[in-house]
Amino acid sequence: MRFKKELDFVHLSKFFYVFSIVLTIMGLVFLAFLGLNYSVDFKAGSNVDTALSKNVTVEEVRSAIGGVGVPHEPSITMGEKRINIRYEQELNDNQSEALKAAITKLDDKASFEINTVDTEMAKELAKNAIYAVLISCLGIIVYVSIRFEWRFAVAAIVALMHDAFMVVAIFSIFRLEVDLTFIIAVLTIIGYSINDTIVIFDRIRENLRFGKQKTYEDLKVLVNKSVSQTLLRSIYTAFTVFIAAFFLLVLGGESIKMFSLAMVIGLLFGAYSSIFIASPLWLLLKKRQKPAVNNNPAKV
Amino acid sequence: MKRLLSFIVTVAVLTGVMVFSTPGLLDKVRLGLDLKGGFEILYQAEPMETGGALTHSSLQKTAESLEKRANALGTSEPEVTTEGTDRIRLKIAGVTNEAEVRKKMKEPAVLTFRSAAEGDAAGTYSKIELVGSDFVEGAAEVERDNLNQPVIGIKIKDKDKFAEITKRLLGRDLAIYLDDRLLSNPEVRAELTDGAASISGGYTLETARELADTINLGALPLKLTEKYSQSVGATLGKQSLDQTLLAGLVGSVIILLFMIGMYRSPGLLASFALILHTWLLILVFVIADFTLTLPGIAAFILGIGMAVDANIITNERIREEMRSGKSILSSVKSGNKISFRTVMDSNITTIIVASVMFAFGTGAVKGFALVLIVEIVLSIATNLYFSHWLLTLLVKSGKLSTPKHFGVKESEIRAL
Repeated sequence: MRFKKELDFVHLSKFFYVFSIVLTIMGLVFLAFLGLNYSVDFKAGSNVDTALSKNVTVEEVRSAIGGVGVPHEPSITMGEKRINIRYEQELNDNQSEALKAAITKLDDKASFEINTVDTEMAKELAKNAIYAVLISCLGIIVYVSIRFEWRFAVAAIVALMHDAFMVVAIFSIFRLEVDLTFIIAVLTIIGYSINDTIVIFDRIRENLRFGKQKTYEDLKVLVNKSVSQTLLRSIYTAFTVFIAAFFLLVLGGESIKMFSLAMVIGLLFGAYSSIFIASPLWLLLKKRQKPAVNNNPAKV
Repeated sequence: MKRLLSFIVTVAVLTGVMVFSTPGLLDKVRLGLDLKGGFEILYQAEPMETGGALTHSSLQKTAESLEKRANALGTSEPEVTTEGTDRIRLKIAGVTNEAEVRKKMKEPAVLTFRSAAEGDAAGTYSKIELVGSDFVEGAAEVERDNLNQPVIGIKIKDKDKFAEITKRLLGRDLAIYLDDRLLSNPEVRAELTDGAASISGGYTLETARELADTINLGALPLKLTEKYSQSVGATLGKQSLDQTLLAGLVGSVIILLFMIGMYRSPGLLASFALILHTWLLILVFVIADFTLTLPGIAAFILGIGMAVDANIITNERIREEMRSGKSILSSVKSGNKISFRTVMDSNITTIIVASVMFAFGTGAVKGFALVLIVEIVLSIATNLYFSHWLLTLLVKSGKLSTPKHFGVKESEIRAL
C-alpha cells in the first residue's frame, strides 16, 4: 500500500488544529467545572474489589454489608462475578474484617482486594506525578534541542502535552476513574508518543540536508514529503503498541483496565498528533525564522 | 556457506537454550503481592513522644523490628523497606490470618513498671516507674519460680535505679503492664539490687513463652500510622495474573504474525529477536530478583509492542532503499545504519521519561518504570544490534537474494 498522490498534510493540519483546540477547550471546561473522577488512590477512602464464584444482586450486597459500621452508604458497582465497593471514609481493620465476613457469607469463595489511602498520601502522589511530567518534558526538550534544534523540541513538546492532555480531558468528559495507574499511563504516553514524532523529525532533518529550501512553499513540500515517507512507519509502530494495549484492555486484569484504556486513547492521539500536529507546527515555527535567514537577499 | 552456518548455529543454540530454560525461569520469577495475594502497608513513622527525634537509625531500627515481628509470626519472606525519611513499607505475601498479623505488627508492646500515684483507685497504677527502654533488650525468658510455676524473667539496665524504686516502694505494689494490660502487680517485699525481676501470674509454659516473645520483640522505637494499605486475596491475584498473561500472549502473537506477514524473512528474524528479547527480560528479572507486579506485566507487554518498532523502522527503511534501486546488500547496510540513529533517538527520549518516573515514583510507578528501562536497554541490544547482525549475515550468505524476501514487489523498484 503506497500513496500515489501525496496528501497535503500541512493543509489538512489546519482542520486538525481546530479539532484539537476545540477538544482542548472542552477538556478545560470539564476539568474546571467537574474535575476528574478520582479513585481512592487520590481521594481518601477505601476501595474493596471482590471476585466471586457466582453472581449476586446489589440489594443482597447492600443488605449484607449494612452492619459493617460505616456511617455512610458506599457506592457499589456490580460486574460479572465481581463487586466493587467504595467508601468515602477509610475503613479500619475491624470494619474491613467485618465487611469481608459479610460478603463471605454471601459467597464463601469470595476473594478480596482492599485499598485504603489517606488524603495526605494521595496528594503527594499527585504532586510527584506533576513533577515527573514537568521534569520529563524538560529532559526531552534538552535532548531534542541537542540532537535536532529547539524548534523540533518545542513542536514535539506541544504534541506530547497535547496527547497527555487529551487523555486527561477524555477521562474528565466521560467521568472515567482516575487512579494511580492512570498517572503511569499518561507518563508512558509522554515517553512513547514522542517516538513517532522523532521518526518524522528525523526524516525532515535528513531531507533538509539534500536541498536548499528557499521559500515557505519549499519547506511545506518538504514537510509533506517527509510525513508521507514515514506515514506507514508511524502507523505500523503505533499499531503494534496499540495491539498490546488493546488486548490488555480487553483481556487483562481488572485493576489495570483504566490504565489500558488510557494507553489506548493516548496511543491513538499520539499517532494523530505526530502526523498532523508536530510537523506542521515545526513548519509554523520555521516560517517565522525565514526572514532572519534571508536577511539580505537583495545584495545577491 | 560459513555465514549461513553461523546463522543456523546461532539461531539453533539460542532456541535450544530458550526452550529448555524458560519453564524453570518462569517458576523463579518473584511475583508481587497483587499477583499472588498478600498485603502491603505503608506506615508513616513519628517519634513516640511529641518533640522526639526521628532519625535514620531509629527508622531503620523500627523496620528491623517490624521484620522480626513478621518473621516471628511465621509469614513467608516478609519484605520491609524504608522509604524517604519517615516511611516504612511492609509487604507480606500469602497470609491467611491477615487481621491478626496486621494487629500484631502495629502492637506497640511497651513494657512498663508502674506504681500507684496519689488518688489512684485501688488496683490502678498510673505513675510510670520504668519504660521499655529501661529493660535489657531481648533478655526476657521463661524461668520457674520456687513453686515450679513458669514466670518470665526480665533484666533492668540500671540496677541502681531499680534498687531506688524498690526501696521507695517497699511494702507497696509494683505493677507490670504490657501496653495497657496489667500483667501482674506483685508487692515489693525487699529492695532488689541485682536488676532482675520476674513476672508471675499463673502462666502455662506456652503462654509464658508467648509473653516473653512479645516482650523481646519489644517496643517499636517509633509510632506508626497506616498511610496506605493494599490487600489482595490469593484467588484474585491469580485471576489478574492469568488474565493479563493471556492478554499479553494474544497481543504478542498478533504482533509476531503482523511482522512476518508484513516483512517476510526480515519479519521472521525480527520475531526471533523479539522472542529473545522477552526471554532476556525474564532472565534479568530472575537474576536481579526483581518483583513482577501487575503494572510490571503491563509494561512488559507494552514494551513488546514498542520493542518491535525498532524492527519496523529498520525494515521500512531497507525497503525504501531497495525501492530506490539499490542492491539488496547495500539497501540492508544503509537501512541498518540510518535507522539506527532514528531508533536510538526515539528510545533515549523514552528512557528519559522512564528515569524520571523511577526517580519520582513510589511502589507501582517505580516498578513500572524499572521494567520499561530494562526493556528498552534490552531492546536496543536485541532488536537493534542483534537483529541487524542476523539480517546482514543472512543477506551476505546469499539466502535473501530477491526483493520478494523483503516483501517488496519488483514493480515498485525504480531504476537508480
